[in-house]
Amino acid sequence: MSGPVLEAAGICKSFGVKEVLKDLDLSMDRGELVALVGPSGSGKTTLLRILNGLTKPDIGQVSVMGEVLRFCNGSDLSVRRRMSYLSQKPVALRSTVWDNVAYPLRLRGFTDVDRRVSGALEHVSLMDMRDRPACTLSGGELQRMAFARATVYEPEILLLDEFTAHLDPYNITVLERAVKDYLEERGAVVMVTHNLFQAKRISSSAAFLFDGRIVEKGATASFFEYPEDERTLAFVNGEMVF
Amino acid sequence: MRLDRGGDLVESDLVNVVLLSIFVSTTATLLASAIGIPLGSIMGLRSFRGKEILRTVTYTLYGFPPVVAGLLVYMMVSSGGPLGSLGILFTPAAMILAQMVLVFPIVTGLTMSAVSEVAGDVKDTAMTLGADDWQTAITVMSEARIGIVSAIMVGFGRAIAEVGAVMIVGGNIKWHTRVLTTSIVLETRRGNFEYAMALGVVLLAVAMMVFYVLKRYQDGGVRA
Repeated sequence: MSGPVLEAAGICKSFGVKEVLKDLDLSMDRGELVALVGPSGSGKTTLLRILNGLTKPDIGQVSVMGEVLRFCNGSDLSVRRRMSYLSQKPVALRSTVWDNVAYPLRLRGFTDVDRRVSGALEHVSLMDMRDRPACTLSGGELQRMAFARATVYEPEILLLDEFTAHLDPYNITVLERAVKDYLEERGAVVMVTHNLFQAKRISSSAAFLFDGRIVEKGATASFFEYPEDERTLAFVNGEMVF
Repeated sequence: MRLDRGGDLVESDLVNVVLLSIFVSTTATLLASAIGIPLGSIMGLRSFRGKEILRTVTYTLYGFPPVVAGLLVYMMVSSGGPLGSLGILFTPAAMILAQMVLVFPIVTGLTMSAVSEVAGDVKDTAMTLGADDWQTAITVMSEARIGIVSAIMVGFGRAIAEVGAVMIVGGNIKWHTRVLTTSIVLETRRGNFEYAMALGVVLLAVAMMVFYVLKRYQDGGVRA
């Protein structure tokens, strides 16, 4: 398929009198991992929720593989099922690790559940914990389980919201490796992060979200080495931009 | 073996009274739950106009006086009432209806609280993993099952311990509408205090048996 795999056009979103997103445009191609950076409150999480159909924009539209995402309409289910979203604080359903990972497959009526769940758990080194109640996992294990659950059905777009925040180096390494493996096989990734080192480490492009707009987007190397916008330059240099 | 202390209640009477108590209260709780759990889940999951008023009314009805509920049902099922043609006054059916009126708001309100508590995060998780509206609702209710089972337990507790409403609409007729609580009242009036107390112990034993079964299910939810 040619053209962007994910496209947001003219997105505006306000909460009360606060304008969070202002006429925002974002487009990404297959195989791209976009690191979305910016200060807290700049609208990164709101943008991810809109891209995933969880929050309805006031104005604008989202297209996935050329198909427009309709909000508050059951017919958008097929579009939503092509994406996955992993938050900073994933929720463990009240069941075992295995059943948690099998959950999205059962929603879709997959028949090869065992094979897929085994593969997903081995990928994040959790196979030996398959029968443990998910609520007993540590923070890092829980995030790895949530990653397996979010990718077990092979979504074409993966939305990550600070998915390694507060994790130790081992868990970060496992998850970043899993993201890279996913990207080799599947579509595209949008990753919200406050960790600029992580953005440099694994993203193919980076975008700076500030004051409700994408100020600048470019290939990761040039984004961090030669930013065009002075606000981006200040941000990547660690100055207090807010 | 005679179990009475001067009254006319014997062993076979006691079995009948216990079985009728279990039947009436269990049926009332199940019927109230069949309506209250879906309604409470909708109220916990959805935002709609008038939700706050509905929530306040539901909570207020927690304190609905049983005698008023009994009077209300009495007026409905008596010959001149809207349900008079059913001819269920002074039958177990009327007692079930009266207990349902008392149990329904409790099950509804507590289910709403249980679902509200988990709704936000679980709903988002289910939706992002590809659940449709129906699958999302089922997932949220499943995650709230400990609270929902608690709602059923509290509802059953209200039903099995209730006396005023079933006395009014049942009439405490021997072999027909006499249950444990109305028997206790009768024996107390007769001065058979020890026997009334023994019936109270039987009542608690019945409640404990039902709660044990529900608790087993609830603990299964915790472990899983």
